[in-house]
Parts: sequence; C-alpha cells; structure tokens
Amino acid sequence: MNITDLTVHELMEKLEKKELTSEEITKAYIDRINEKEKDVDAFVTLTTDDALKQAKEIDEKRKNGEDVSKLAGIPIGIKDNMCTKGVKTTCSSKMLENFISPYDATVVEKINEIQMPSLGKLNMDEFAMGGSTEYSYFKKTKNPWNLNKVPGGSSGGSAAAVAAKMVPWALGSDTGGSIRQPASLCGVVGLKPTYGLVSRFGLVAFASSLDQIGPITKDVKDAAMLLNVIAGHDERDTTSAIVEKKDYVKALKNDVKGLKIGVPKEYFGEGINEEVKETLEEAIKKYEELGATVEECSINVADYALATYYIIACAEASSNLGRFDGIRYGYRTKNYENLKDIYRNSRSEGFGAEVKRRIILGTYVLSSGYYDAYYKKAQQVRTLVKQEFAKAFEKYDVLLTPTSPTVAFNIGEKSENPLEMYLSDICTVSVNIAGLPGISIPVGVDKSGMPIGMQLIGNHFEEETILNAAYTYEQSIKFKEKYEPEFKK
Amino acid sequence: MSREDYEVVIGLEVHAELSTKTKIFCSCETEFGGEPNTHCCPICMAMPGTLPVLNEKVVEYAVKAGLATNCEISQDSKNDRKNYFYPDLPKAYQISQYDKPLCERGFVEIETEEGKKKIRLTRIHIEEDAGKLNHDEFGRGSLVDLNRAGVPLIEIVSEPDLRSAKEAESYLRKLKSILEYIEVSDCKMQEGSLRADVNVSIRKKGTSEFGTRTEMKNMNSFRSIVRAIEYEVERQIDVVEDGGKIEQETLRWDDVSGKTFSMRDKEDAEDYRYFPDPDLVAIRLSDEYIENIKKGLPELPESRRARYIDEYKLTEKEANLLTSSKYLSDLFEDATKISKNPKAVANWIMSDIAKTLNEKELEPDQIPFTGEHLAELIYLIEKGTISNTIGKKVLAELFENPNKPSKIIEEKGWIQISDEGAIKEVVIKVMEENPQSVADYKAGKEKALGFLVGQAMKQTKGKANPQMLNQMFKEELNK
Repeated sequence: MNITDLTVHELMEKLEKKELTSEEITKAYIDRINEKEKDVDAFVTLTTDDALKQAKEIDEKRKNGEDVSKLAGIPIGIKDNMCTKGVKTTCSSKMLENFISPYDATVVEKINEIQMPSLGKLNMDEFAMGGSTEYSYFKKTKNPWNLNKVPGGSSGGSAAAVAAKMVPWALGSDTGGSIRQPASLCGVVGLKPTYGLVSRFGLVAFASSLDQIGPITKDVKDAAMLLNVIAGHDERDTTSAIVEKKDYVKALKNDVKGLKIGVPKEYFGEGINEEVKETLEEAIKKYEELGATVEECSINVADYALATYYIIACAEASSNLGRFDGIRYGYRTKNYENLKDIYRNSRSEGFGAEVKRRIILGTYVLSSGYYDAYYKKAQQVRTLVKQEFAKAFEKYDVLLTPTSPTVAFNIGEKSENPLEMYLSDICTVSVNIAGLPGISIPVGVDKSGMPIGMQLIGNHFEEETILNAAYTYEQSIKFKEKYEPEFKK
Repeated sequence: MSREDYEVVIGLEVHAELSTKTKIFCSCETEFGGEPNTHCCPICMAMPGTLPVLNEKVVEYAVKAGLATNCEISQDSKNDRKNYFYPDLPKAYQISQYDKPLCERGFVEIETEEGKKKIRLTRIHIEEDAGKLNHDEFGRGSLVDLNRAGVPLIEIVSEPDLRSAKEAESYLRKLKSILEYIEVSDCKMQEGSLRADVNVSIRKKGTSEFGTRTEMKNMNSFRSIVRAIEYEVERQIDVVEDGGKIEQETLRWDDVSGKTFSMRDKEDAEDYRYFPDPDLVAIRLSDEYIENIKKGLPELPESRRARYIDEYKLTEKEANLLTSSKYLSDLFEDATKISKNPKAVANWIMSDIAKTLNEKELEPDQIPFTGEHLAELIYLIEKGTISNTIGKKVLAELFENPNKPSKIIEEKGWIQISDEGAIKEVVIKVMEENPQSVADYKAGKEKALGFLVGQAMKQTKGKANPQMLNQMFKEELNK
C-alpha cells in the first residue's frame, strides 16, 4: 500500500482502525515532497518539520485516549494567500517576499483547531491574478501530468501538489476560476463554494466581491469533508452568510435519478476544444443513463461575463492592493528621495507585470468620467447575469459546462499574451459573478494524456446537489483508478 | 466697488469624532492619547487579509445627530471607498459614504442680529478617521501613529448659507452644543475631535451665482476659524478688486502669521475613485429602529432654554448663554440641584466663570471643577463662612487646582472671622492704634469709620465678616 495514493477519507479510516499513525502519513508525504517537489515546484514555503512534530504529538494524544478530531494529524497544504501566523504569507509576490502575518486566517484557525499539520504554503499566480501560476514571483509550478505544461492558476501550486500526491488535500481560492481551472488542468477535484459560505477573513483580497476559499482534493468525498471543516459564518466577515451547518458528506448518495441538468449552449461554442466537447458529451450520456434528465439551455448574457468580470475584479483589486505602499510592511524601494518615490518605486519594483496591468485597468474603470461607462455598466450586467442564472435554476438543479476551454497548455504559451490567458477563464468567471457554487471534476484525458475537467454549477448554497452529481459520475467512471500523472519531461 | 458691495458666502464641512468606546470597523479603543500605535490591531493597521465590521453604535450615533439636526434619515445606505495614498491612511482608501449618506436635508437655527436664521444641512455621513504623522521626531523621517486610524467620524456638510465669519462661528457653536447635548461627540476642539473645513467665496451683492470658492481644511478653534474667514474674505476682495480671478484651491491657515497659503497645485487634483465597499453589506434601517432612537433623544438646548426661563425665572439672555454649551448647562443644572439658588448659580457662571474662560481662552468643556464645587462655593458665601471677595479667590483656585471649596479655604486659611470675641479684639486694637481717627469719628466725621474698618480688614487679611466689623466699631465708638 502506498500511503500517498490514499484519499483523505481512506486515511481517516486507517487512522481510526490504528492501521496507520499520523506520523507515518505525514512522513510519507514528506518523502513524496522530497522526491517530486524538485520537478513540480508547488511550494513557496515548506513547513514539513513542524508538520511532523505536530503529527507525533497527535499520535501521542490518540494513544493517551485524548479526544481528537478524526481528521487530526492528516496533513494539508495551504495556498500562499491565506494568512498564517508565524509562517510567511507571500501571495507569490516580491511585495510580500518576507511578510509574516501577525494573525491566522479564519480557515487556518479552523484547520489548526482540528490539528491538521500544514506541510507548507503553495505557489500561485501573484496575488491570485492569472491562470497558469507562471505569474508567481518565485517559481513556475509544473503540471504533474506533463512537466512542460502549466498546472493552471491561480491555485496552481495547490492543484499540482494534490495531483503529484505531495499533499493529501489543499486549500485554494477562486475569484474567477482559480480553484476549478487548475483542478481541471491537473486532473483533481476543485470546489468553489457559494460566495459567503466560507469566511474570507485572512484571505489576502484580490476582488472582495468574488473571492472564495475552497478545497482542492483527490476525490469528491474529500472535497465534501474539507468543506465541512471550512464552511460557516464568521462574524469577522460581514459578507459571510448565516446558514445552517450541514454535513456535506451525507449528500453523497451516488444517485442522480430525477436530477435535472441544464447544458448552456454558450459554454460549448467557439474556442472550446473538440476533445473537451466530446468528453463532456460522454458525461451527458452517462448522466442520462444514470437517470438524470439533460437538456440544452441558454445563459443569454454569458458572452458579456468575461468583460464584466475583468472590470469588477480589476476595479476591486486596484483598491485592495493600495495598502502595499512600502510604508508599514512588505517591499520598500531603496531608491527614493520623497514620499512619491516610495510609492511609485516600491510598487513598480514590488509588483509583477500582470498585477500592475490589472491595477491600471481597475484604476481606469473607476476614474471619474469612465465610472459610468465601465464599472457601473459592469455592475448592471452583473445583475443580469445573476438573473439569467436564477431563471435557469428555476428549471434545472445543475448546470453542466467544461471547466476550461482547453487542457493544460505549454509553459510560456500564453504568459506573454494576457488576453488569451484571460480567455481560459471563460467558463468559470460567470459563476463568481453570480456568487454560485461550482465544482470541477476530472472526466477523461485527451489524446496527449492530459486531463479534461467538467464543471457543475449549482444554485446558491446548493453545494449538496453539485457534490452528489459530481460524486455519482465520479463513481461511475473511476477516473482516479484509470489515470495517473506521469511527470512527463 | 467698495467692500460693502460684496457678499460673503460660507459653507462648513464639520468633522466630529464620535465618542463610541470602540473604533468604527474593529474593536480597538478610541480613547485620545496613549503611546503611538498602542490602540491598534491588524484590522485598523490594514494588515493583508483583514476585513472591516461596521460598529452599530456608529450608525446609532449618526442617526441621533441627524434627528437632532432635523435631517431625513436614509433607510437604505451604504459604505464607499475613497481611494488615495497617504501614509496616515493604511488601507490607501478611507471607508466613507458617497452617494447614499445616512442623513440628508436637515437644518439648525442660529441667532443673528437680524433674528433667527435657518442654516440648511446637505448631509451627515459616517466615515473613519485617518492616523497621524509625527514629523521630525527622530531625525529627518516621519513617524506614523495609527491610534486614531479607524476612529469613527461624522461629517456634517452645510449648504452655503452662512454670510459672515460671525454666522459661521454661531453655526459651529450651535452644532457643537447639539452634538454635546445628544452625547455623540465630546467635541474637544483642542484634541481635534471637532474640526471644520471652511469654504469661502465672495460675490457681488444681489447676484445669485456663487463665486469661486477656496477651502481651508482642518480648522480646530473658533478663533482661528473667524480670523481665517476674515482674512480670506479680505484677500479675495483684494484679488477681485485688482482685476484678478479667484482660483479654486485648498488653503492652509497659518495661525502665527495670520495668513492663508496654497496647499497643493491643481495638477494634483485628486480623483478619489469612489465605489461601494465590497467588504461591507448595505446598511438598512427599519422605521422602528429610527423611531426608537428618536424616542431616546435627550433634552435639546431649545427645550432647556425654555425650561430655564419658565422654571428658574432666568432672563432670556441668561438662558441663552447657559444653554449655548452642554457643559455650561450641565454645570448650571448640577449646581442648582444642590444649591437651590438658580439665580446665584447663573450669576457665577455668567460673570466670573465666563470671564475666566475668556481670559484663559478656554472652552466650557475645559472647566476643571464640578457643579458640586460651585454649589458649595455659593453655600459658603450664603452661610457667611467666606466673603464674596474670598469667593472670587476660591473660584480662581478652582480653575487651578480643583478641590472642595471648604478644603481650599481651610488650606488657604480663608475662613471668614465671624466670632464676636475675635472681631472685638481686632476692633479694640485698631481703635488703640488709631486714636486720631477715633477722635475724628467722635467729632462727627463719619468717614473715619470706613478707614477704621479698612484697617481691621487689612489686619485680618480680608477674613473678617464686614457686617460684624461695622456693627462692632459703631458700638465701641458710641460707648
């Protein structure tokens, strides 16, 4: 038995049956990191020593009969934009290269409470802006299926680390697809919860009205389990919803009889790779066989979603990133004679090109004289997008789309062409704009052996519905048992 | 044209720090002072990942202020971000309110020489204060103190209804007194918890168009506001009379030179890129919520004024002055409650206390003693323990080292001598020392009595009871 092949729910069972100890599990992952990290480059900061120490302590507690969580001692990886007290939180930016947060994010507190040892902080596109993790200041993470390809982004480190089995599961964040798209490109499961289900407190903000933290896991059941850990109202985040606590694992029924699935045609049009389409058509057939009804439908304003997304996200980002000014923390230029120099040079030198591009874009759309034409218009379209989805959910339980228009692309292929990079978010952004939950699961591979992902979108706070739909299909195709990342060089 | 041909137009943007216990978006204390950066946390220091949570008290206080100034309260309101870079603004945006303020379209009434005048309020909105920069404290750098960052403010914007420096002063005094009465701000101008941005323009009398205005920011004393307006009006008239044009700009008033200076050039005109803060949910107020606040409003100056005239039989002038400041009014009520002599209390406040405040350039909130002290002072005089003259000395002492008046006169040895034996002793001694005056009196020169009393007062350092002294001298001289 290979410990790192196991899912978290399997590890949990073995812990319970005392067939494995936390130390053995943690050690196996550390060994795996030592073996694969040099190829994959998923981590910004490793905290393996602390993780092992914590794992031993938990074994000790279990031995002494202390009451610990079933998940205690199962390690995790955390995207490097969630604040961790005492451990660097860099957002993969030169700006925060040496930044150590004085407090823990709410999700990190929850993980600490359960005593899940963190193996480290995972690489990402700088400040979560990008779709390939190439915009990290520190390193380019590689796709474990083919090391010449990108893992997607911005949570590319999290997805690659899970795919490469260097962590049992990980936390990512998703503003326009940053959990689902890398999960799709790396052949793992990624869930973006409904906006407001998971506290954003301690998540370094990119676009406040769109950001959500969610799980990246080996399978759907693990995603449901990690969602159980992180979901819940937080009085430190007024945008976090007050909803009843649910056990998402209980929703996994392996049964979709009577489920109404809508397939919005706009997500299968131009720019969507043929092999991706074909694979999803197989999925559609399978769902029908399993007793679901599937119908083509339409989300009319989908074509405007990408533009709307980039206006709103950049506008919020331009304001959110103002605090990185070289005054109190983070990078400060050495080259200054006055206050203006500090601002201009610290930000010019501390931010990468993509971040600057979006700050400039966001500043522009909020400027007086342009506000109405861009930001205000985008907010109006946002309302329309919400209404379109609301209409669709009157008829359907779940919407089915590709997660990404293509499989993972080559490193360097799109990084110099921002517009093309933006297009890789085309299937995911509208879900953030409408604040809906969306999950991506692997449903096949293309001719070159790269994984293809399917996105299931649910109504607000209907995570259970999409988790069950995803789980049922996962059980029927057994992707994980058939395919394995090969670390092709 | 002569100066009289110009009309002055003034509008005020008043910032008042709200006296909530905690800051507007975190639970740090708001107390003034404290070592730099000790009243802050990751939220008000804008550490990455932190989020604001609106303090409900701030909304309540702002609604109170709105109701007390006859505003309409918006049931549907929100917070917006005002983006600009400055080291005292850690998030690089100030959370304020842009197009949906909490309160709109109010007014306050001021007294002018022509009678009562309504000054209209455009709006009242809530926002957070910035931190403070301490320049040149250590070497050449500037140091950032974020204790004040996130302290709640209301900004009260008036319409350009004010026509003189004097009106501006009355308006500000009225506003200050209202905020003090409803206890939403301590309005300590010397600590910066009440400050005003003053907009001034001039136009030819009889025209309805406004002239170009200049703005003087962060003024925090009545005196400098009046001086600054007067200076600025003269300056603008001079510019126009010389054929020049007024530039719309922000000016800095310099109290030492008594002049205004240009602060920044127009190239730096800021675009604040206001937009709704996505971290905060919209503010929705129910009818019931607003109604409850309305019911809980304390007695306002107008009503106290009427009560003073009616109940305490004070004159209109007395009632006006006493209610001009909540601190004076509270002092009056506290003292009256104990002394049961409203006239005497009013007299002390109107004459000696007002005079001292004026001499020392203090505001009523800086009066260091209590109504209880004042009541005791009045009681000691009524009882004859001290004379009126000593009373004035006690009051002066109360301003310096506030303490119970009975303690003060005991420590200073100011107790009036009313003991018959002691007075008789002094009288006889003075008569022995001044035989000539005694002889003069007996010869019919009444004036000599005054001299003898004076001598006795001198010997007792003013402590002898003057009525008893008079009486005793007459008795002894007529023997």
